[in-house]
Amino acid sequence: MFIELFLASLKIIFILFIVLSIAGLLGWVERKQSAVMQDRIGANRADIFGFRVIGLFHPLADAIKLITKEDFIPPFAERGLHTLAPFMTLFFSLVAFAVLPFGSELYIKGREIPLQIVNLDIGILYIFAMMSLVVFGVLIAGTASKNNYAFLGGIRSASQMISYEIILGSSIIGVIMAYGSLNLMEIVEKQGDLLWGMIPKWGIILQPLGFLLFMTAVIAETKRIPFDLPEGESEIIGYHIEYSGMKFGMFMMTDFVETIMAAGVLATLFFGGWQIPFLFKEGFLFPMGITVKLPHLIVILLQFLSFLIKVLFFCWVLMLIRWTLPRFRYDQVMRLGWKFMLPLSLANILITGIIIILFI
Amino acid sequence: MNNDSLSFWERLYIKEVLKGLILTSKHFFRNMKVHILNLFGTKTERKGAVTIQYPEEKKSLSTRHRNLHRLTVREDGSPRCVACMMCETICPAKCIYIVAGEHPDPNIEKYPVSFDIDLGICVYCGFCVEACPEDAIRMDTRMLEIASYSREGMKYNKEMLMDHNKYCKKV
Repeated sequence: MFIELFLASLKIIFILFIVLSIAGLLGWVERKQSAVMQDRIGANRADIFGFRVIGLFHPLADAIKLITKEDFIPPFAERGLHTLAPFMTLFFSLVAFAVLPFGSELYIKGREIPLQIVNLDIGILYIFAMMSLVVFGVLIAGTASKNNYAFLGGIRSASQMISYEIILGSSIIGVIMAYGSLNLMEIVEKQGDLLWGMIPKWGIILQPLGFLLFMTAVIAETKRIPFDLPEGESEIIGYHIEYSGMKFGMFMMTDFVETIMAAGVLATLFFGGWQIPFLFKEGFLFPMGITVKLPHLIVILLQFLSFLIKVLFFCWVLMLIRWTLPRFRYDQVMRLGWKFMLPLSLANILITGIIIILFI
Repeated sequence: MNNDSLSFWERLYIKEVLKGLILTSKHFFRNMKVHILNLFGTKTERKGAVTIQYPEEKKSLSTRHRNLHRLTVREDGSPRCVACMMCETICPAKCIYIVAGEHPDPNIEKYPVSFDIDLGICVYCGFCVEACPEDAIRMDTRMLEIASYSREGMKYNKEMLMDHNKYCKKV
């Protein structure tokens, strides 16, 4: 009992440490990556004793600035709700990481430790539930500020999230049908199988359209640029207009945590999670009959690294999309969602069903 | 809204989005390659960024560039200026103030007792240089970083204009 509690808290601390440090770094990555994409240099002036370290002190300087800033609550705002909102968004976006598997079972001294904080049978639904609760935080922030711009941002985020959560849900039904499970650990384990003995059975190969739709919907969920209507920096500033200091920092942090979450879900559902092609419990088993035996700990480490690299890659892709595309107009977002992506995702379900009935 | 000009593929967004992503990632990888090569000390032909890091790196100026004025001097170190007031008269910003005095040499006749330019008002048009009959004022010091915390600090007198290296840095 006690040792299980200890192991669970160890896993929680480990995941929190990784997620928060990547989230802190993503601010730096965003600045530097956009700079490199646009032939610029990017933030590199913050220094400690003259050492600049390619601008890595900027996230630190930002954090110090945000923490020491005045925390102002507007006099007409609902004090309680206004304070609750940023905590709510950050909390629910972090809690969603509980079901992401970051490796298969680790065996130490006869004890089996699944590398996942909780193994829920409804895994993917839990993630969606937590992601929709983040929207409540945004909505509360918008309404509790008693500011018309914040209110507009809140309303926009609510309508955008409602439209895109439907697509989010319906675009993964194909994946769920293909693997026959909602449990993320099982979905990842099944992605280790081989198709015709050579191609790994990853989600992207079974559900290419589902991947495209899910990726678009998940970008809309993170409220980042092609779909940044709730923020709309050029026109309404958005739901966090009345927040200052670390509370604003928490909203920004939520954006980055959600980006990591999106990258994690994309990697888990469509790119085999912690799977490496042809890597099994005993080591590499290539289809030509070549085998490379590896000790258990190295296999686990390779699996974890593979998951981490996939997540970082998708963070990069999401940043690339964020700095390439202009933002949609409000009616374009709604039209894209309801008239284009929803019918496509329904068609995807239909086609997947027909293929499963006819061929399997 | 007029959608007629878009073809079917353009309205699907996918192809256009992919085109954009390929373009930006091309820039990303090309610049990243240059940055990494520079990090390991390999010289590359092209720069990874177009940025000029201003206080450390400076842009080269054109030879015709007009910048801080200087008063040219004779062999004995006195200003070449004869206080003819041509520059003060032509100055569109009225930023030159000359007080003339009698020169001991009758061939020169006059010399400036004081020669002040208020650089806070100066528009750097170069008319004073054009008007000067004695080639006594020039704008070729290559000094641009004329800054001060007060309006008084922007006023340069005769000594400063003759001995400009002491008061301003070359770009």
